[in-house]
Amino acid sequence: MNFIKILDTLSNKELLTETGSRRDSFTKMKNIGKDMALASIPFGLAATSKKTSAATMAMPSAAAQADPLAILNFALTLEYLERNFYAMGVGTAGLIPQADMDVFGLIADHEAAHVDFLVAGITAAGGTPVAEPTFDFTAGGSLDTFNNYQTFMALAQGFEDTGVRAYKGQAGGLADSNDLLQYALQIHSIEARHASQIRRMRGEKGWIVQNDNTLPANFAAIYAGEQNTVQGGVDLSGMFGNVGGDAAVTAAFDEPLTMAEVNAIASIFIV
Amino acid sequence: MKNKKVKVGTFETNDAPRGTNRRKFLQMSGLALAGTSLLLVGCSDDDDMGTPNPEVFDLGSGNLGILNYAYALEQLEAAFYTNVVAGSYWQSADSNEKQILEDVYEHEVIHRDFFKVAINAAVSAELVLPELEFDFSSVDFGSRTSVLQTSALLEDTGVAAYNGAGNLIDASDSAGLTYLLLAGKIVSVEARHASAIRNLLQPGTTNFASDDVLVDIGGSGIAYDRALPPADILAAVSGTGFIKTKFTAKNLPTP
Repeated sequence: MNFIKILDTLSNKELLTETGSRRDSFTKMKNIGKDMALASIPFGLAATSKKTSAATMAMPSAAAQADPLAILNFALTLEYLERNFYAMGVGTAGLIPQADMDVFGLIADHEAAHVDFLVAGITAAGGTPVAEPTFDFTAGGSLDTFNNYQTFMALAQGFEDTGVRAYKGQAGGLADSNDLLQYALQIHSIEARHASQIRRMRGEKGWIVQNDNTLPANFAAIYAGEQNTVQGGVDLSGMFGNVGGDAAVTAAFDEPLTMAEVNAIASIFIV
Repeated sequence: MKNKKVKVGTFETNDAPRGTNRRKFLQMSGLALAGTSLLLVGCSDDDDMGTPNPEVFDLGSGNLGILNYAYALEQLEAAFYTNVVAGSYWQSADSNEKQILEDVYEHEVIHRDFFKVAINAAVSAELVLPELEFDFSSVDFGSRTSVLQTSALLEDTGVAAYNGAGNLIDASDSAGLTYLLLAGKIVSVEARHASAIRNLLQPGTTNFASDDVLVDIGGSGIAYDRALPPADILAAVSGTGFIKTKFTAKNLPTP
């Protein structure tokens, strides 16, 4: 069963009209989901669309990007990092206040799902999932990550905002693989929901203004380039004085990071 | 021309259930109407097919169509928040809520005006979606619940729309890759908005990314935002009755 079929299931009138309970529909969907073998995730690595034949013949632009399997393994490494980080946080007695446990529990569940999804998908596509790295979230003992909730939340923000930037940076490399591009986008915006929530729990805005950075020094590079005001070749600087000015312009667009930039950040926490 | 059974309409898809819970309807309509083809919009049952109403704008095809589609959604969002910050709820809201909504208002105006500039730079003016007119009479801008629920709905819809449009962008040239990246730059900001607004509705809960707006992929868990094609999004938007100006989407790329 692929995603389109799931949508078909959803659009089944009976499911949707039945006692008007959407929650019900989703419960059903969950059950449908449970019946699916994860390995059946259809990762179309081959050229899949009308646009692609033209693209592969004539297009040098995507060639500069990593191949899709390398991108998926890159994403998997980040998801491993996030999953382990939240699992350790949720599992550390006394770290997360009870009032915030639902939020971090949900985020932990999402990251675990992303790991399972990518492992299954890479396997189904004929690739080999990267081994799970060994993580040190204290960065060699320099951070009191699991003893200090403020540090834990700061790292959570750092990982989520990095995740958003990382997926965004790989969109072009997945442009020839429609299924993969869509799945990546569906994860990308979830990471942004997480980031927004955690930022606001830390007293920040949910969005990134300029390249403002309140994180530990280990994350010095994380907001590099977020102060960009040129979008699609149009310099928006100075154009929006009546609606927040350049600060609002930079907040209205999130910026990508390259694979190398993301790896440099992640490597701080990989042994 | 008399008795013309034209379906020209801003997406006269189904009867919008006025008086029912709009939010609930919208949550469902995007999916319930899946399969409804927008190709019907603007088609006529009688024989003046060859003389389309010149006043009804069509979004166009290919990447231009997708850009105009995004521009329409951003116009809708910007117009909504322009009303929000002029409304009595916002004016008396607490400082945190006020700041969040003001920021979102600014971002959406910037998105709208950016698309206007960018599309005009790429094609001649008659191919750019005109400025649309809106009718928000069904929203009570004095009511916190009415404003925040509508806001959450628009932001969640925006996320699903951009996620569903990624595949439809022809990225076989550098302009296409730029559009794809731009969609990525904007969609994550819409998701940040959705998260913030949903948290205002149910602070400190899982509502910022709750199961009722997410989907499962392949049984791995309900941990993914939706990705919906333009037909579903436009049908849902049509159901709100917010957009007064008629336009059609007959030539958009389809999944």
